[in-house]
Amino acid sequence: MSDESQDSPLKKTALHSTHVESNAKMVPFGGWDMPVQYPSGIIAEVNGVRNSAGIFDVSHMGRLEFEGAGAESFLGSIISANLPALKIGRGKYNFICNADGGIIDDAMVYRIGAQKFLLVINAGNADVDMEWINPLVVGRTDFTMKVTTNDTAMIAIQGPSAVEIVDSLSDGEASKIRRFRIGSSTVDGIPVSLARTGYTGEDGFEIIIQAGHGAKLWKTLLACGAVECGLGSRDVLRLEAGLPLHGHDLSTGTNPFEAGFGRFAYFDDPNCIAGKALKQLAEIEPARSLVGFIMTGRGIPRTGLNILEPGANGVEATNVIGTVTSGTHSPTVDGGIGMGYVERKYSETGTKIIIDVRGRPVEAEVVDTPFYERS
Amino acid sequence: MYPDDLKYSKEHEWVRMSGDIAEIGVTVFAQESLGDVVFVDLPEVGTNVEQFAKFGEIESVKAVSDLFSPIGGKITEVNSAAADTPEVVNEDPYGSGWLIKVELNDTAQLDELMDAATYQATLE
Repeated sequence: MSDESQDSPLKKTALHSTHVESNAKMVPFGGWDMPVQYPSGIIAEVNGVRNSAGIFDVSHMGRLEFEGAGAESFLGSIISANLPALKIGRGKYNFICNADGGIIDDAMVYRIGAQKFLLVINAGNADVDMEWINPLVVGRTDFTMKVTTNDTAMIAIQGPSAVEIVDSLSDGEASKIRRFRIGSSTVDGIPVSLARTGYTGEDGFEIIIQAGHGAKLWKTLLACGAVECGLGSRDVLRLEAGLPLHGHDLSTGTNPFEAGFGRFAYFDDPNCIAGKALKQLAEIEPARSLVGFIMTGRGIPRTGLNILEPGANGVEATNVIGTVTSGTHSPTVDGGIGMGYVERKYSETGTKIIIDVRGRPVEAEVVDTPFYERS
Repeated sequence: MYPDDLKYSKEHEWVRMSGDIAEIGVTVFAQESLGDVVFVDLPEVGTNVEQFAKFGEIESVKAVSDLFSPIGGKITEVNSAAADTPEVVNEDPYGSGWLIKVELNDTAQLDELMDAATYQATLE
């Protein structure tokens, strides 16, 4: 995460004034002034997404375009995706790893042309990512890198009604784009890029649009019945969907294999900076694993709490076996849910664990993720 | 928003006196700042709490906050409805969302609290 206490003023997305007009509660996040929730509250927003559709301003996420003959080989050197196998119009989740296989950031890459790619990175890591990428770009004349974060707005619309809503604004063009693909379309008369991806466990789109048109599209989607959602509900929704958050569940101190996302860590590209390390990590059993758990006792897990081994009589906790990296109250599951790293032998589904809730031992159980799967 | 018959603490709790029993809860300001309340951890009946000491925890979807008792004394009752259905704290913070009742052991404690107008001024 970037330092929120920096003196530089917070950046504002193209939709900032729209959030203020809607009486959103604004908070600093990754150097941006962002809505954490709207007046209806986080639970209403979560339910809105699960039951119909919600819209999220994700314009703060970093967007980089790489174009040219060398774009594929360059990107292949910094991300863990098999780019030669990525066809035009398709997206892939991947990791930006250092030479030790530690995760600098997680990202989505889309091939938007034969020699053109879009990389979407976390807002909170944008500075760190650029510090990593910029020196590697120096001297490369076989492609160009363009940061489009400030020129565009990005709006995610997610939920069971999301595709229908965007279809109604695009003469049915939107639904022709299948899951994990990206395409150009016209929504509400405005040219956009539509990526059928998201961070909620629901179907939907991430819409990239010229910054100046962002507020109009937001209001149109609102008028179509979508619920305005902030970072608070986004965090709950992604956790319910079992999706990791960098800075919590992923960090330079963790690698894709112990996080359980080894299938997104392609390491056979000989140019890949992290390739050798990832290959080695793939061959060993990690000492710890990222697991999902539900609270079976009364309490809500929070980031940083210790995970303990249950004592002989069940609840009496003894030694520390891990740490909670994400936790919340889930409105969909109706209880406390979390993710955390535990020693490997405690990672089996059904294992009873104890969460040390500020001195109060509370029973929990390792479960399969996602916590929520759309029907 | 801030009834005149209540006393208030700077930690955003309120007190309603009835004889020597102080009914205690959190203010509208507190519940709005917290957002959706999803968990309330309350003490055992019969235990004692010091004035302005922590007596429990209240959690929203995003965060945990400590609850500080504006009145010290013996806890005579806790609101199990607030523990079972924490949303009552949002819906009715001065009514069914009350949290604990404390037997007032020293009336001088009330002098440490604010009236509605003074409390409201601290929020501006």
